[in-house]
Amino acid sequence: MNSIQNRRQEYRSLFKQNVAKRLLVDKIVRIIVFSCVIIAIIPLGSILVEVFKNGITAISIEFLTETPGSAGSGEGGIGPAIQGTLIIIGLSSLIGVPIGVMSGIFLSEYGDNKLARSVRFFNDVFMEFPSIILGIFAFLIIVLVLGHFSVWAGAFALSLIMFPIVARTTEESLKMVPITYREAGTALGLTKWIITFRIIISAAKSGMITGILLSVSRIGGETAPLIMTILGSSQFFSSMDTPMDALPLRIWRLSLLPYDSAQLQGWGAALVLIIIILGINLGVRYYFSNKKNLFFGKLIKQRRNTIK
Amino acid sequence: MTALSTKPTDMETSSIDTKSIESKYKMIAENVTVSYDGIDAVKNVTMKFKEKSVTALIGPSGCGKTTFLRCLNRMHDMTKNAKVTGKVMIDDIDLYSKDIDPIYHRRKVGMVFQKPNPFPTMSIFDNVTAGLRLNGVRDKRILDEIVEDSLKMAYLWDEVKNDLKKSAIELSGGQQQRLCIARALAIQPEVLLMDEPASALDPIATQKIEETITELKKDYAIIIVTHNMQQAIRVSDYTGFMYLGDLIEFRETKKLFTDPKDELTAKYVQGHFG
Amino acid sequence: MNKTNLGLKKRRIISDKIFKIGATVAGTYVLVIVVLIAFQLISESYPVWEEEGLSFITGTDWNAVEGRESFGALPYILGTLTTSAIAMAIGVPLSIGIAMFISDAPAKIGGPLGFLVELLAAVPSVIYGLWGLFVFRIYFRDWIETPLHNAFGDNIWLFSGNPYGLDIITASIILAIMIIPTVSAVSREIMKAVPQQQKEAAYMLGATKWEMFKLAIFPYSKTGLIGASILGLGRAVGETMAVTMLIGNATGIGAIPSSLFGPSQTMSSIIANEFVEASPASLHMPALIGIGLILLLIAIVINVIAHLLVTRMLKIKEGAINN
Repeated sequence: MNSIQNRRQEYRSLFKQNVAKRLLVDKIVRIIVFSCVIIAIIPLGSILVEVFKNGITAISIEFLTETPGSAGSGEGGIGPAIQGTLIIIGLSSLIGVPIGVMSGIFLSEYGDNKLARSVRFFNDVFMEFPSIILGIFAFLIIVLVLGHFSVWAGAFALSLIMFPIVARTTEESLKMVPITYREAGTALGLTKWIITFRIIISAAKSGMITGILLSVSRIGGETAPLIMTILGSSQFFSSMDTPMDALPLRIWRLSLLPYDSAQLQGWGAALVLIIIILGINLGVRYYFSNKKNLFFGKLIKQRRNTIK
Repeated sequence: MTALSTKPTDMETSSIDTKSIESKYKMIAENVTVSYDGIDAVKNVTMKFKEKSVTALIGPSGCGKTTFLRCLNRMHDMTKNAKVTGKVMIDDIDLYSKDIDPIYHRRKVGMVFQKPNPFPTMSIFDNVTAGLRLNGVRDKRILDEIVEDSLKMAYLWDEVKNDLKKSAIELSGGQQQRLCIARALAIQPEVLLMDEPASALDPIATQKIEETITELKKDYAIIIVTHNMQQAIRVSDYTGFMYLGDLIEFRETKKLFTDPKDELTAKYVQGHFG
Repeated sequence: MNKTNLGLKKRRIISDKIFKIGATVAGTYVLVIVVLIAFQLISESYPVWEEEGLSFITGTDWNAVEGRESFGALPYILGTLTTSAIAMAIGVPLSIGIAMFISDAPAKIGGPLGFLVELLAAVPSVIYGLWGLFVFRIYFRDWIETPLHNAFGDNIWLFSGNPYGLDIITASIILAIMIIPTVSAVSREIMKAVPQQQKEAAYMLGATKWEMFKLAIFPYSKTGLIGASILGLGRAVGETMAVTMLIGNATGIGAIPSSLFGPSQTMSSIIANEFVEASPASLHMPALIGIGLILLLIAIVINVIAHLLVTRMLKIKEGAINN
C-alpha cells in the first residue's frame, strides 16, 4: 500500500511548479482579448465623433432643405438627397415588405416540404448576393428596357435586399407563436387567412416589426444599387422616370470633389444619414426591449448573424 | 409530508455519527451554503470524509447532493449567479481561502461527471495526459507510465492498451466513463468526486465502474453522488442523506440503511418517496 | 348539414386554397429572381465572353477606346482576393478575441460591449468610406505609411508604393473593421455551443481560463470558427462603397496588387466607378457585367461553404459524445 502512495508522491513531484507562469499566461491572454475589443470600438467611436463633430457645423435649415449649389461653392444643401432617401425607403418597403411577409408566412405555415427547403436555402444564398449585383440586375431589366434611369429601378433593387431579411425574421417570429393558437383557430372554423393575419401575426407582431424596421435601416444606407438605377441628382424628385438623389449617393459624390466645402457638406449629409439609421436601429431595440418581449430577445440574436 | 425532524445542533446527539473516527480526515466541508439568486440549494452542510473510504450522498432529486458535491472542487466558480460560503479543507488547506490559488489545489480533487465527457477531438492517450500536460509533464516515458498506471486503475488498460491513439469517442459509453476516471486519476488527485457516474450506463458497465470504485478506495477518498440506494449499499462505507438542501443524516452505510435514526431517512430508504 | 353550412365550408376551403397559392407564389419569388439574375448576367455579358473567351478571366487589359476595346478581369479579381485576404488576416483574430472576451465576461460588461461591436454593423458602407478617406487615411498615411516607406520602401516590395493613402492596405483595414461584427457574433454563437461538460472537464483538471479554451473550446469549435471566418470573407468580397473610396481606382495592369501602398481595384469597385459611364452598345458594359458575374459566383461559393461549416457545427452540439 505504501509503495502506491510513494508512487503517487513521485509522480506529483514531477509536476512542474508552473502555476504562477500559467496564471501569468492567462492574465496576458485576458489583456490581449480585451485589447481586441478596444481596437474594435475605437473606430466606432471615431466615426461617430468625427461625423458629429464635422457634420454639425454644416447643418442648418438651408442645408437640409435646399438643392446643392455649384460644386465647391459651399452653398446649397442636401434637400433632394434627404427627400430621395425617404422616398426610396418608402417605395422599397412597399414592394419588399409584402413579399417578404408572405414569403415568411409560406416558410412558417407551409414549410415542411421539399419546396420550402429549397426556398429557405435560396433565401439564405440570395441574402449574400453583393448589393451591386442587384443594382446591375435592376438596371438591366428596368433602366435598360425603359431607356432611362428610374426610381422604380432603385426601389426594386433595394426591395431585393429587403425581402429575404423580412422573410427570415417573419418566419422566425411566426414560428415562435405556439401551435395551439393555430389549432384554436381551426377548431373555431376560421379560414387560414384569418387565423394567420388576425391571430398569429398579432402575436408575432413585435418580432416582425423589428425585422422590418431593421431591414429598412439597412437599405437606408445602401449606395451601390442606387448608382446605376436612380443615378443621383441635384434636383428634387420630379417623376418616377428621372434620376433622383439619395443621401448615400450624395455623400459619395461629395467625397469625390476636391473642395473642402464639399467635404464639409459630405460630413453634414453623413450626420443626417447616421441619425436616421441609428435612430431606427436604437429605437427598435429600446422600444421592444422595454416591452420585455420574449420574441424580440431571441430574434435580435438571429438578426445579428444575418443582417449585414 | 411531515416537517423536517429537528435539525441537529449538537454533533454528539445528532443523526450525524462522528464518533469512532480514528483515521485521518482527508477532506472536511464546514458550513457550506450554496445559493442561486438568493435561493439556498445547500444549507449550511458540514461533512467529514475519511481517507481511503467511499462516502455516498443520497437523496431525492433536487435535494442538493450534486450541488454540494460540486463545491468540493470549486466547480461553482464556473456558474454565474452561484454564491458559495463556508470552508472546504483538504489536509488543512481551505480551498475557498482567499490566500491560496485554487488552480494548484483544485488539482488535488478529481471529478467524474454524470455523462462521460472525454475530449472528443483527442485520442485515448491524449485524454488521459491532458491534465499532465497542463502541469508541465512532457517526458514521453513518464507520460506512458502514468497513462498505463491510470488506465489500469480504471480497469480500462486491457481493453485499450493496443490502440491508445484511437479517438476517445470511438469507445463505448462504459469505456468512455472509465476513460474519464483514468483522466481524473492521471493528475494524482487525493480525493475523487463522482457525480452519478454509472447512471448513464448499462448494468454491465455499471458493475465494472463499481468494481473500479471498490479498488480505488484503497488509495483515495471517494465521494459519490448516487440516486441508486443499492449502489450506495454496495460500494460505500459512509452515507449522507440530504433533503431540500439540508444534511439529514450521515452515518456508516450499514447503520443508516438498516437502522436510520431520522424519520425522514427511514421514509426515503424504505422507498416512500424518490 | 344544411345548405348554409355547406356554403361556408366550401368558401373556407376555397379561401384557404387561395391563401396557400398566394403564400407559395411569394415563397417561390426568390427562386424566380435568382434564376432571372443568373440569366441576365450571363446573357448581357455574353458579348465579352464571345470576344475574349476565357482569357477575359486571365487578361489584364482595360481599354475602352472604340476600335481597340480589350478587357480583362484578372487585376480586379486579384484586387478583391487580396483586400479580402488581408481583411481576414486582420479581422478574424480580432473577432475571435472579441468573441472570447464577451463569451467569458459577466453580462453587465459583455452585454454593452457586444452591443457596441454590433453597432459597427449598422454604419453604412459609404460612411466607413468617408471616415476612411478623411480621417483614418490621413493618420495612417502620416504615421505609418510614410515612415515605413521611407525606411524600407527600397528594400521591401510591400512598402514600395507611394504612400498616398488610397491603396490596398487602407482599403483592407477598413474592410477588416467592417467584417468584425459578423465574424465575432457568429464565433460567439459557435463558442457558446460547446457543451458545458467539456468546459467542466477542463476546469476539473485545474485548467486556467485560457487553457480551458485550448482544451475544450477551440478543438471542439474549430470547424465552426473557420466557417465564421469564411463568412467574413464572403462579406469582404461583396463589399463595395468603402473599398471604392479607398482603393485608389487603378485600372488594367496598374491595378494588379503590387505593394501595400499601391493603388488597386476590386471587382465591385470597378463596377461602381465605371458602370454609369459605360455605353451599353460597347463592349465596356458587358465587360463590367461579366465581372459582376464572376464576383457573384465567387461570393456564392464562399458563402455556401461558410454556411455549411457553421450549421454543421451548430448541429453537432452534443453529437460527438454518444453512448
